[in-house]
Amino acid sequence: MKNSYTVALAGNPNTGKSTLFNALTGLKQHTGNWAGKTVSLAEGKVEHKGKTVRIIDLPGTYSLFSNSTDEEVARNYIVFEKPDVTLVVLDATSLERNFNLALQVLEMTTNVIICINLIDEADKQGISINEKALTRKLGVPVIKISARNKTGFTLLLDTIDRIHTGKIVCTPEIIFYDEEIERKIRQIEPLVREYLEDSISSRWVALRLLDGDDSLFQQMEKRLLVKGG
Amino acid sequence: MQNGFQQKTSVSLGNLYAYAQEISDDHMRDKIVQNLYKKSQQLCESSVIHKNKKNDKRTEKLDAIFTSPIFGFPIMIIMLGIVFYLTIAGANIPSSMLATFFGWLENHLTAFFMYMNSPDWLHGILVLGLYRGTTWVISVMLPPMAIFFPTFALLENYGYLPRVAFNMDRIFKSVGAHGKQSLTMAMGFGCNAAAMLSSRIIESPRERMLAILTNNFVPCNGRWGTLIVLASLFMAAGYTGGLKSLVTTSVIVGIVMVGVIVTFIVSWVLSKTALKGVPTHYTLELPPYRRPKFFDTVIRSSLTKSLSVLSRAIKVAAPAAILTWVIANIYVGDTSILMYIVNFLDPFGKMLGLDGFILMAFLIGLPANEIVLPILLMGYLSTGSLTEVDNLVDLKQIFVEHGWTWLTALNMMLFSLLHFPCGTTLVNIYKETKSKKWTFLAFLIPTVIAITVTFTIAQTVYFLR
Amino acid sequence: MDEAKVIKLYDAKIGSFIRITSIDLEGVMRRRLLDLGFVRGAVVEVIRRSPLGDPMAFRVSQTTIALRKEESQRIEGELV
Ligand SMILES: Nc1nc2c(ncn2[C@@H]2O[C@H](COP(=O)(O)OP(=O)(O)OP(=O)(O)O)[C@@H](O)[C@H]2O)c(=O)[nH]1
Ligand SMILES: [Mg+2]
Repeated sequence: MKNSYTVALAGNPNTGKSTLFNALTGLKQHTGNWAGKTVSLAEGKVEHKGKTVRIIDLPGTYSLFSNSTDEEVARNYIVFEKPDVTLVVLDATSLERNFNLALQVLEMTTNVIICINLIDEADKQGISINEKALTRKLGVPVIKISARNKTGFTLLLDTIDRIHTGKIVCTPEIIFYDEEIERKIRQIEPLVREYLEDSISSRWVALRLLDGDDSLFQQMEKRLLVKGG
Repeated sequence: MQNGFQQKTSVSLGNLYAYAQEISDDHMRDKIVQNLYKKSQQLCESSVIHKNKKNDKRTEKLDAIFTSPIFGFPIMIIMLGIVFYLTIAGANIPSSMLATFFGWLENHLTAFFMYMNSPDWLHGILVLGLYRGTTWVISVMLPPMAIFFPTFALLENYGYLPRVAFNMDRIFKSVGAHGKQSLTMAMGFGCNAAAMLSSRIIESPRERMLAILTNNFVPCNGRWGTLIVLASLFMAAGYTGGLKSLVTTSVIVGIVMVGVIVTFIVSWVLSKTALKGVPTHYTLELPPYRRPKFFDTVIRSSLTKSLSVLSRAIKVAAPAAILTWVIANIYVGDTSILMYIVNFLDPFGKMLGLDGFILMAFLIGLPANEIVLPILLMGYLSTGSLTEVDNLVDLKQIFVEHGWTWLTALNMMLFSLLHFPCGTTLVNIYKETKSKKWTFLAFLIPTVIAITVTFTIAQTVYFLR
Repeated sequence: MDEAKVIKLYDAKIGSFIRITSIDLEGVMRRRLLDLGFVRGAVVEVIRRSPLGDPMAFRVSQTTIALRKEESQRIEGELV
């Protein structure tokens, strides 16, 4: 067990990632109520249970299939830098759209916490969320917080720690697609596994091969070449 | 490599990709995302309960006002005006207090140097160069920033900016640019160099380049000191008190409008020439209005920005001030180096309604716009007797003694608005575009425009006289 | 009124709800729209037009998104 580990803050734009980052690290990342305020990585530290947790604030992204430079920064970090824990920050008032990204992250990597932020707003609007049910359905911890009012932080930090120490084992629910897509996944996935071994979820790579995310593969090629020689 | 996928042993990413594309079909991505959304909906249906039918009434009501066909645009201008008014009116007193304090301290420093019997040149470099230049930047620039940044941050965290982008998009579209350019322009008020990074939110490279090349026409905080001082000295000279701030504000808003119009024109010309193409990919999210955490936002934005200004003042203003003092005091024959430069630039400056000192100040001020005005003053002061500059009236006296009229002030403001981006911005442009050509154009285009505009105005005025 | 009428998002009246049937766009824009929730079968509410008539704001998957005429003319759906 290392004495320091990395936690990345991923999520849709404008869900309060930088606000959470500031609250946790005490750093002064700029925030703004518009999609696209953060466009590059920021790093901060927080001490918890005698360990140093490196927190990375990422630009917001609508999907792992990036369409602009700021999204690519986020995508590259989540996919290639492999943080020890990925925190997906969701906006409690628009969960439907936010789950789209969360599900994509769950397909790609295991150590994920779903962090439902802006819970104060949700309360005001009469939205109630059953996080226990979601935890069961998704196979990873789901935690409600308000980054603005600093509620839910203790549970969040403890959960991060317990994932890191292996006390909580994440088993993300596999998302099954239509039979047509599943058949194609079955054709490709074994080949992917042979090529990439275990470094990255083969099912996820198979899906990206099918939907043709060429910018992702350019990155992959670049990084794998570096690794190989 | 080209014959698609064949053998396991020769598996490469390229082969895999080609093979996958073969068995995939056109709208695979649609199907995948549809599946994901279906799953999201299931999750929401089973675990989320909406107690109210219609949720966010407040946002709807506010949007009806802020994006109204009648009030939308006037409100935008009024908002801009309010932010500037607060900044100008509020900064007045702290600025003069700082100036008085630094002036008082300077006297003591000078006394100390005399007491120590230190040589004139040492006192010159340290006090008249370094100390004066740096404290000038602090007293003129710091108070407006300490007010502007928090005010703007509150507006930003409330959620007003996307509405501006929504209202303005049609105009940006008609000049071939991206609606999110309003967002990068809004960032430009803070700092053009930072706005270069925020242009990343624009998906299409062509429109992103437009946003990068024109961002400079939004005056950054480093230029406001210059704009505010000149506007209040020369344009609002006949007024006093609150009215004076109001007139100054109107002048600044007018200058900003000129910048916006130039942005539109340049975007339009570029879309028809070097960056030909049609507008693409536009989606803009309009988040609900959210009340910002007042204290946090104010402290964060004023403190961090103020600190960065202070450190910048020391990093850039100090060496520039020393340099200015040195070239003003090294004589070749009976003329200082500074005067050689000034005399060389003077004829050209006069053609633009400016003078050699002003052009020199802009050149030395390349690393940061904050230092242009202090350098200019040091230049002027090095020629005459070294008067104390305790307040703005003295300042005006110095300008007038050097032949300034309202034309000089106007053209200096316009030149400041339109001229080349600062060094940091240019570096960022190069980092973002990775192109020497575009970085050079980002320097050239504004410079040519600044020269053309000031030349035209000056010649017209000379002709009419 | 039982017959579902297919119209373009751009032509829809403010306040109407439309279930998306087709998106006639490709590449980055198509993908971006998908990620925002403009998928086939999704219900979109038409919220407002900007002061100069374009873009228009739509409510989709619990968020408000503005689209230009060029795009909203290429998305079709039936009134619900
Ligand atoms: N009411 C409430 N507002 C919040 C909360 N967290 C963040 N906000 C507000 O939401 C807005 C967006 O916050 P940011 O932290 O900038 O969001 P972000 O996810 O970093 O956004 P991008 O950098 O654009 O991806 C700001 O106006 C915050 O004040 C919260 O828990 N409750
Ligand atoms: Mg952020």
